[in-house]
Parts: sequence; structure tokens; C-alpha cells
Amino acid sequence: MRAIRNISLTVFFAALLLFLSSLFLSSYRLSDQVIAERFSVMYTASGKSYYEILRPQLEPMVNVEYHSSFGFISDYSAIIKKYNEPLIAAGNWDEVIKDDQLVMITKHSSSGWLADHAVYVSTFCFLGMLLGGILYFLVTGPANEYRRRAVWFSSLSNRGVAGIVLGSGLILFYIILYFFPAYLSPWMLLADPLRHWFTDKGEADQWFLYGWMYCMAMLVMGIRMLIKWKGNRYQTFRTVSVMFFQLCFAFIIPEILSALNQPAVDVKHIWPLHYNYFDGARIDQMYAFGGIGITLFWWGIALFLIGVPLFTYFYGKRWYCSWICGCGGLAETAGDPFRHLSDKSQKAWKIERWMIYSVLVFVSVMTLLVVVAWYSGKDEVMGISSGFIKMIYGFLIGSIFSGVVGTGFYPLMGNRVWCRFGCPLAAYMGIIQRFKSRFRITTNGGQCISCGNCSASCEMGIDVRWYAQRGQNIVRASCVGCGICSSVCPRGVLKLENAPEAGRINNDPILIGREGVKMNTDLIK
Amino acid sequence: MSQRHVVVIGNGISGTSFARALRKRSNHRITLISSESDYFFSRPAMMYVYMGQLREEQLKPYGDDFWEKNKIERKRAFVQRIDPSTSLLHFDDGSSMVYDDLVIASGSERESVHWHGEHFGAIHGFVTLDDLQMITQQSDSIRKAVVIGGGLIGVELAEMFRSKNIQVTYLVREFQFWNRVLPDHESSMIEQHLVADHGVNLKMGVEVKEFKGDEEGNVRAVITTSGEEIDCDFAGICIGVKPRIGFLAESGIQCNKGILIDASFRTSVKNIYAIGDCAEFSPALPGRLAIEQNWYTGRMHGETLAEIISGSPSVYRPSNYFNSSKLFDIEFQVYSRETVLSDKLKSVFWENHAQRRCIRIYYDDSTLRFEGVSALGIRLRHEVCDRWLNENKSVEDVLTHLCDLNFDQEFALPFEQEVLDLYNRESGKNLRLKKRDFKRIFQWR
Repeated sequence: MRAIRNISLTVFFAALLLFLSSLFLSSYRLSDQVIAERFSVMYTASGKSYYEILRPQLEPMVNVEYHSSFGFISDYSAIIKKYNEPLIAAGNWDEVIKDDQLVMITKHSSSGWLADHAVYVSTFCFLGMLLGGILYFLVTGPANEYRRRAVWFSSLSNRGVAGIVLGSGLILFYIILYFFPAYLSPWMLLADPLRHWFTDKGEADQWFLYGWMYCMAMLVMGIRMLIKWKGNRYQTFRTVSVMFFQLCFAFIIPEILSALNQPAVDVKHIWPLHYNYFDGARIDQMYAFGGIGITLFWWGIALFLIGVPLFTYFYGKRWYCSWICGCGGLAETAGDPFRHLSDKSQKAWKIERWMIYSVLVFVSVMTLLVVVAWYSGKDEVMGISSGFIKMIYGFLIGSIFSGVVGTGFYPLMGNRVWCRFGCPLAAYMGIIQRFKSRFRITTNGGQCISCGNCSASCEMGIDVRWYAQRGQNIVRASCVGCGICSSVCPRGVLKLENAPEAGRINNDPILIGREGVKMNTDLIK
Repeated sequence: MSQRHVVVIGNGISGTSFARALRKRSNHRITLISSESDYFFSRPAMMYVYMGQLREEQLKPYGDDFWEKNKIERKRAFVQRIDPSTSLLHFDDGSSMVYDDLVIASGSERESVHWHGEHFGAIHGFVTLDDLQMITQQSDSIRKAVVIGGGLIGVELAEMFRSKNIQVTYLVREFQFWNRVLPDHESSMIEQHLVADHGVNLKMGVEVKEFKGDEEGNVRAVITTSGEEIDCDFAGICIGVKPRIGFLAESGIQCNKGILIDASFRTSVKNIYAIGDCAEFSPALPGRLAIEQNWYTGRMHGETLAEIISGSPSVYRPSNYFNSSKLFDIEFQVYSRETVLSDKLKSVFWENHAQRRCIRIYYDDSTLRFEGVSALGIRLRHEVCDRWLNENKSVEDVLTHLCDLNFDQEFALPFEQEVLDLYNRESGKNLRLKKRDFKRIFQWR
């Protein structure tokens, strides 16, 4: 067992190391062919071909060998900038090169060992990380059962050095992914063979790569979750569910749709989490697909208007957050080792409410502006540029908050930072869950011993114990229904259930156990 | 009512529940005194700190601002002597404090039989925060531990050590595990769980004779009465707890094993009350033990006394007994009319050994009245158990509505039909299982 464990760890880290170092293994040479491939069918607003404009500009770079992506990307960007700057200064927007194709230019200019052996390298990297990781959890699982409990002992999960290193790495990754994706082009090369599985024509861009990495993380850590909660059917079912929805609905089905020349839609991705759902260009595109596009477009709207309130009424927001959602899925699998790091203070709760509902208002206003702009055909609505507001939202919330902070901060602030403080869909469902739902966590009579395991493991920062020890049901907008509080409770005090609304909120609970005088609980703070 | 100074010795669940409940009902000045800790903490959760599941500050059930908000004063001191004639508490630092009402909630300390060699190092109980800290500090040097005593604390200690892969030899005097609480089937399920699932070296029917030490004065081995020598570098003594009343010797308060009280928690001395583990009802309340040593009873004592001191005409009237615990991975729950379930009662017993689950439903053979229920690995709904006991339901009613009693997590494997089938087979009846019905479950609302 020990040997297998060591082998699996070695394989995993070897694959990871190769994967990380692959970023620095290529050399880059811009060829005329690549420029032509990218730009010969692109035209400026004034009708000039990009190729004709850029070919002479790029001449100094053509066929020059670069040994790192840094030099290549900076030279290329400088050339584009040099060409664009005077035009922008002169306000000559029609001539400006708006799409520099940096990611694909970089990717297609790479050469060398990695590019030549992409299939083998990617097989080793991806299979090594997947199988190595899964095997490690399989063999350490039962024997190591207790050590996994020791969340406050591990440097990785108690904000120790390992945790900070991992967090910083993740933050760096998200910053590169969102703002400097060209540097990830070697990874896209590695993802190409996989993309070709779906369609020969296609190739991997940063989003395909990211989707695949996301799936890998959820597969490995999802299997860890399944081993950890073996025998607990609630945890098992819900983990399998999030893994399934990520793999099939977020990754495979859109790829198949796209291979069939249909809109590559993740049909469970709902506005306002899917914040550019109502982008004018997107609506036009969906309608351009005809029947299927239109159906899928209205499916999303029906889901938001009817599906979400209905399901949330019957099951609480957990039907989405802990069973379907991709963000939630990553949090529940890859983020599980960090769930105890969420802040349980009253202050954090207050900040949470301010932030999450602000985001909901922000995304609603932004969407409204975008739709009105699309309908009227003008960018400005009541003197406000809808495009600008959308850009701000995409930058602040779409990239920084949900990605960089939302995932990068797992090892620092717990695994549901985004869901708790930022997700506008969670905010919307939270309002329904709090005021009109059958879902609650029932507290079992007077059995609580105030041990605090529930609060400690609540990823949403709910002080579950505060309710349980006074015999009160837990009805909170933020609860995502992961059920871990119930699973870790050593006295069987908590049960997530969907039951009639009457008596769901018991603000004045009586702890069962004796016949006493009813008291006024308002006096206690 | 004029404002009085109510002083509480002990800030455990009893003392704190009392202070909290009294604050709800009065403006008395309240002071909580403890020599153990500055704050109320969950004693049953100490094991999770050792195992790294919780940090020590997470043991606090209330936030740090709770005490000031609710005007509950705290004092860290050891009460050396109580002088009822002057209403004075004397502390070990020489200072003193005047009280109007005094509530003693000093809890328990570990029982001891004064074995030869008990003074050696690395021999500990597991009752106080101090014990937790000592065991945590020594933990790295422990390879082999011996745990003595088949109570809940012994199981906790065994679990703690196994979590760090420390070898555990577990010595239990009884021949059946926990057999004062559990019938044979349940006992053997727990025994199997400890041995087969968690690698505990369990030795039943073994008594300790003495301890042997090494040159450094630490325990080296445990010698049993049969002469067996068991090597160890740590010994945990968990043979039970007794009321902590040593400091009352000169106070004139009448004690037996615990502080003697009536059903209103009054001791033999005016304005002095006792609650929780340290108190002994004289006479014992019908169906209950004279000394009630658990978390829930401590809480209820505190709440009732708060009613009494704030002027409500109240006495302690515990309703049906309930308790729960966790033995490694197996949860245990019991609900019954009386604290001890008589072995004269008949029962329906269902078990699934592989899943480590079982349930036993007790009833009176002649009247078929439902008398109580206990379960391992199955969660039961307190509210419903309590109501059914009060309503004197028949066991057949209970069995047909068993789904209402189930408090397991969603998707857990059902057991109700199998339990009913068992009863039908034995009794030759043909009862049909009713579906779960929330209207029935929540009817009291």
C-alpha cells in the first residue's frame, strides 16, 4: 500500500512538474503563413485587410527565433501598439486593429520538442495527474481516514506555508488566464489532442483548456470526496451529481453541440451567474442558429423565471448550489479541504449581505442597460455607456471576484468565497430560500452538545451551533445545503429536509427535556 | 424584586445555562467563577481539538462579546472555602466575594481507586482542559497507550489516540462492553467496531492491579490483576467521574457522594443551591438517577434553577429521559420513560451488522405500551419520541409509524419495513407500514 501510495504521488508530481515546466519549453517563430492564416480574412472597419496592414509591420519579427514566450509576446504586442497608437490618438477608430489574435498567434508560432510531441506529453501530463491523484486517494483513503480529519494540523489546510503557496499559485494562474492567456499557449497545445477528439476542425483555446483543467480537478477531488464520505449516501449522491453536471453539461455536451455546428451552450448556466446571457451579440447569435438556438435561449429564461423559484421553494437553493452548479461543484470537491477556513463572525455575515446583494443589483442594472442598448441599437442608455458598465462588471465581478478571488482564495478564506460574497444567482435563490421555501435544517430536540463541529465545517460561514444549541431550526439565505454539518454532527442533531412551511422558522424554540415555564427569549442577546 | 448578587461556582454547561436563563428573566448581578477557564466551553468536544478537527477557541459556544452584552461577569479564581455565616467566598489568592445567592455547579472530577504507582508521569484522566493540554503535549512521545475504563471518556481517548496511529490497549472491567447501558447485541457491535474497524486492542474482563514506572518516573507498564504486564508509555484512567466537592469540606453544606439537594436544587444551607454533575438529589426523582451526570441534565438543571431564583414557582420536572453519544463512528441515541431501561421489558430488535446499525424498541409485554427506544448508527427524531412516550402509544403504533421517527440524513438506507416485518413474524400479525407524514411529525406546532 505504502509503495503504491508513493508511486501514485510520484507519478502525480512528475506529471504536474512536466505540465508546469511545459510553459517554458517551447521556442517561437512567427512565420508568414501564420500571419496569413490568422489575418487574411479579417478586415478593419474601413475595409482594409489586417494581413495587408500587419504583414509589413511584423516584418522584423518574421522568422526570428525566440526562446521564450516573454520576448515573443512583448515584441508582438509592441508592434501592434506602435501601429495602433497614432490612430487612436487621431481618433481614427476605423483603421485600428481591434483583435490582435495574440493567443493564437503565439500558439501557432510555437515550435520545438513540446509542439512536436504534444500528444505524448499531454497524455502523460493529463493521465499522470488524473490517475496519480485518484490512485493516491484510493489507497490512502481508508487507512488514512483519521489524518484527513486533522484539518488544523496540515500546512495546506490551516493557512500554513503550503496553503499560502497554493493560494498564490492559484491566484497567479487566474490572473494569467483572464488577462495574459497567451502565456498559457503551450498548455493549449497540450489540450489540442483532446479537442480533436470532439472535432477535427477545432483547436483548444484558453477556455477549452480551463474547462478541461476544471474537470480534472473535480474528478480527482470528487473521488477523494466519495472515499471520504463512503457510506454516507447524501454526500455520495450529491458529489456524483456535481461531477456529472460539470463533465457532461459544462464540458462534453457544449463540445458536441459545437462539433455539430449548434450553439455550444451549457444549459444549466443561468443568468445572473451567466452574466452575459443577454448580450446583444449573444442574442443575435442564438437567434441566428434558428430553432435550437431560440429554444435554448428561452430555456434559460424559463429556468430563471420558473425553474429556479420552483425548485428553490421545494428543495432550497441546494438543488443548484450543491448538486448542479459548476462553481459549487469545484468548491465541494477541490475546495473541500478548506471549508473550515470560512469566517464565522457576525461581521463577516454583515459584509456578506452587503456584498452579495450589491452584486445582484449591479448585474441587474448592467443587464437592463445592455438589453435596452441592444433593443435600441445604441450603446448609450440615458447617458450611460452600457458597454462600459458591462466591461466593468466583467472585469470586477466576472474575472477578479469569481475567478481570482473565488478560487484563488480557497486556501485562505475557505472554499465558498465567491458563492458566499459574490454570486448573484445565489443571492436571488437565497431570498427565496429565506422567505418562501420548504427547506430547513431541522434541529433535533435538545440533543445538541455545542461541540461546534457544524459551525467549523460550514463553508458558508454560518454559525450553525448558535441555532442548534438553542433548539432552533436553521433557516438562512446563504445555506447551500451541502449537508456536511449534519454529516459531522456527533449527536445526530441536524437534518436537512424539505417539509411544510408551518413551524419552519421557530424563533422561540423550547428545548425538549423538561416541563418548564415558557420564557421570553427576546431578553437574551 | 430587588437586585441580588448571584454567584455561580463553575462555568460549565450547568452554570452557564443557569446564568443565561437567569439573565433572560431578571436583572440580578451574575458572576460566573471558574478556576479552569476564562470562558464556557464544550467539554465533550475537547477530543476534536486533540484530533485537529477543531481549534481550541472553537470550543466556545458563545462569542467573546456574549458575556458583556448579557452582563454576565466572569472571574477566574479557585474557591477555597465558603462561609455561609457571612455569605463570603474565599479564593486561593486571599481575596473574597460576597454573594446573595450561591449556585454550586462545580461539575465532576475523575474517579480514582488509588492504584499503586498512579503517581507516575504520563498517567492521566481526560476531564479538564488541563488534561487536554497535557495529553496534547505528550502526544508525540506516545507510541503505546493503555486506556482503562469502559465509559464514554475511555472510548473518546481510544479514538483520539487511534487518530494518530498510536497503539491502544483498552482495558475494561466488565465482560460486555457498556453493558450497563447496552444489551448484548449492541455491546458486541461496538466491540467489533472498535476491534475490527479501528484496530483497538480491546481486553474485556480485565482489572488493573498497579502501574510500573521507568527511571524517569514515567509509566512503563500496566499490571493487571491476572498478572499480565502491558507495556505502555501512556495510561489513561477513565473509570468514571465523581462530584467535585472537595472545597466544601468546612462549609457545613451536607454532602453524600454529591451535594445533597431537593427538587428545587436547595442545599442544606439557605441561599445556596447546587446543579449539574456535583449535585445529588435526595431523594432521587422517580425514574431518574440521584446524580445526573450529563450535558443535557446539566442544562436543564440550570434552566430550572433560573426560574426558581427569579421567582417562578418551579421545581425540576424532567420529562422523558434522553441521551446520545458517539463511539468512534457509531452514533448512539436513547429515548425512554426512565433513565435506566429495565431488562424486564420486551423489545423488538433489528440490526444490520455490516452497516453497523441497529434499533431496539422497548415495550411492556402485557399492555404493549411503548417504553423507549435506543439505536446505534440510526438517528431518531427527539420530538416524536418524546411525544409518543407522553401519549402512551402502543408499540404497534410506533412500529407502523416508524418512518416518522427516522431522523437519518436524506437518502440513508431505510430500515423501517424490515423492523416491522420482524415484529409481524414474531407476533403473527400483519401490520402495514405508514408513509412518513410531516403533518403528523410536526403536529404540536
